Amino acid sequence: MRKRLGFIFVMVLLVGLVISPAYAQTPRIGLIFAEGGLGDQSFNDAAFRGLMQAQDELGVDVTYVEPADIAEMEEHQRAYADLDLDLVIVIGFIHQSALVEVSADYPNIHFAIVDDVVDSPNVTSLVFEEHEGSFLVGVLAGLMTETNTVGFVGGMEVPLIRKFEVGFVEGAQYANPDVSVIVNYAGSFGDPGRGRELAVSQNERGADIVYHAAGGTGSGVIDAAVANGFYAIGVDSDQDYMAPGTVLTSMVKRVDKAVFEVIKAVVDGTLEGGVWSFGIQDGAVGTSEFTYTKDQIPQSVFDAIDEAREKIMSGEIVVSNPLQ
Amino acid sequence: MGEVLALLFNTAVFAAALRMATPLIFAALGGIFSERSGVVNIALEGMMLIGAFTAMFVSHQTGLPWLGVVGAVLAGIVIGLLHAFFCIHYRANQVVVGTAINIFAGGLTVFLLRYYFGAAGTSPSVPTIPDITIPVLSQIPWIGRIIGRQNPLVYLALLAVVVAHLVVYRTPWGLRLRAVGEHPRAADTVGVHVFRMRYLAVALSGALAGLGGTYLSIAHLSRFSEGMTAGRGFIALAAVIFGKWTPYGALGACLFFGYADALQMRLQDVGVPTQFMNMLPYVLTMVALAGFIGKSVGPKASGEPYIKG
Repeated sequence: MRKRLGFIFVMVLLVGLVISPAYAQTPRIGLIFAEGGLGDQSFNDAAFRGLMQAQDELGVDVTYVEPADIAEMEEHQRAYADLDLDLVIVIGFIHQSALVEVSADYPNIHFAIVDDVVDSPNVTSLVFEEHEGSFLVGVLAGLMTETNTVGFVGGMEVPLIRKFEVGFVEGAQYANPDVSVIVNYAGSFGDPGRGRELAVSQNERGADIVYHAAGGTGSGVIDAAVANGFYAIGVDSDQDYMAPGTVLTSMVKRVDKAVFEVIKAVVDGTLEGGVWSFGIQDGAVGTSEFTYTKDQIPQSVFDAIDEAREKIMSGEIVVSNPLQ
Repeated sequence: MGEVLALLFNTAVFAAALRMATPLIFAALGGIFSERSGVVNIALEGMMLIGAFTAMFVSHQTGLPWLGVVGAVLAGIVIGLLHAFFCIHYRANQVVVGTAINIFAGGLTVFLLRYYFGAAGTSPSVPTIPDITIPVLSQIPWIGRIIGRQNPLVYLALLAVVVAHLVVYRTPWGLRLRAVGEHPRAADTVGVHVFRMRYLAVALSGALAGLGGTYLSIAHLSRFSEGMTAGRGFIALAAVIFGKWTPYGALGACLFFGYADALQMRLQDVGVPTQFMNMLPYVLTMVALAGFIGKSVGPKASGEPYIKG
């Protein structure tokens, strides 16, 4: 008898578990990070900030997971899809190929991917206009250089990073027609030693400002700037604090904003598939707050950056996008 | 074309080559000692990584970068002894143990980084060992611009090569080391303590690899970042083979790899892809192993556990 009671109890619990989500009122959001996970002071942390903001302000239920490597991405996506969440957000282009399959297998689950495009009706692709933000730091570099030479260090030579390069080069040349830009790729996002030597070699060839879009490799660029006395420009999150006064600014990419906005769309019931682009208009890409470098940059330069920003918004300046 | 030729002999390129080669030199010397004693050490990468982390951590806590060097050496010795313990005592497969240590080091350093600094990715900037100028050397016209002003650890690496050569080839200890790696049974019968020699050699290997990591985190750079060794332990291993298990040979290989790398950084504009230079060390290793440039044969007993009795 006791055994049977126990069995019934367990069954009731199970049925309750299965049907409870149907009655739950608050949207449930799942987020799968990119490699590197929480604490990267960049991409994943920004996504997490957006998620927490949504939890606080929109009152959604959130759950998240940090995959160890690319091989795990698909399993995590399927596991979250099986939970029947209202939205599954995946961070980084590293999820793209897996999501193409998973989104097709789960047509009733809505997904969002940051930094890449999956062409599927149940996927919202959140991309950034990095070339526009890079254009602005290019303008800054073009006006601040005393040698008429600036540098760019990229991580891997992939289309996404090319966007940073192209925008930077165009911005620098727009602000200063005489400027020449030295471009190097490290071939890795995790080799600061190489980043440092590339920046040093650019400095030896005349560059006095070096912009990096190279993840962990970029910390070497910043170290080189400190050691050899030139300026660096950070990327993704505000890296100005990494070497106050040496990091001129950072090309900030507000992943938190994109994550928050897409969750808000779920709450508002307006979520649709398709590509959702975040640019200068939304304040989602652009310069940092210049916390440590305000006094080193003349007002005329700030004015020129603002002017360029407005011209991009009005369409007077069109920055090339190598992905199009 | 003239530009490219000028680059080949550019002092800045040579100076950069030396900087890029330094962590490789330390690790390669470590590889030589270990392999000469008969223990394969593919854990160099992990030992460097732990050395790099320890050096950063000690320097951060104490503000004394040289104490960081000491800490990294000790940490390298500990990991070396761990490797030795499993390989010698338990006669575990040396490649498997080495791989395990590499994976362990990757995980441990990330864990500790998060635990202490709340940040994966990158540690805060820490006090570093500053570059020094050698008074007379720096005055010599061409050479001075290359080796006149470098980090103390760069000079230490070059010195270590000479010392390692003398130890391996000119001392009784070196003779025993080689004997143990070539024919442990014969060495044992004449009274050489095989296990002790191997433990010592692998611990020394860890210490040297730790120094290589130290150079990366608190001399070349000023912080630790996740996986910052970026395969240098394996390139060092390639240098050991390419250099035919001799200190001078390995030095040559490391300098060559460093030079190729430094040159490539300045040649990218000319169109040499990064990937080509990244694969170069491994291609050359295969060439060396295939015997195209004279025989490259390792110590005979390398990789084989010794069973006493």
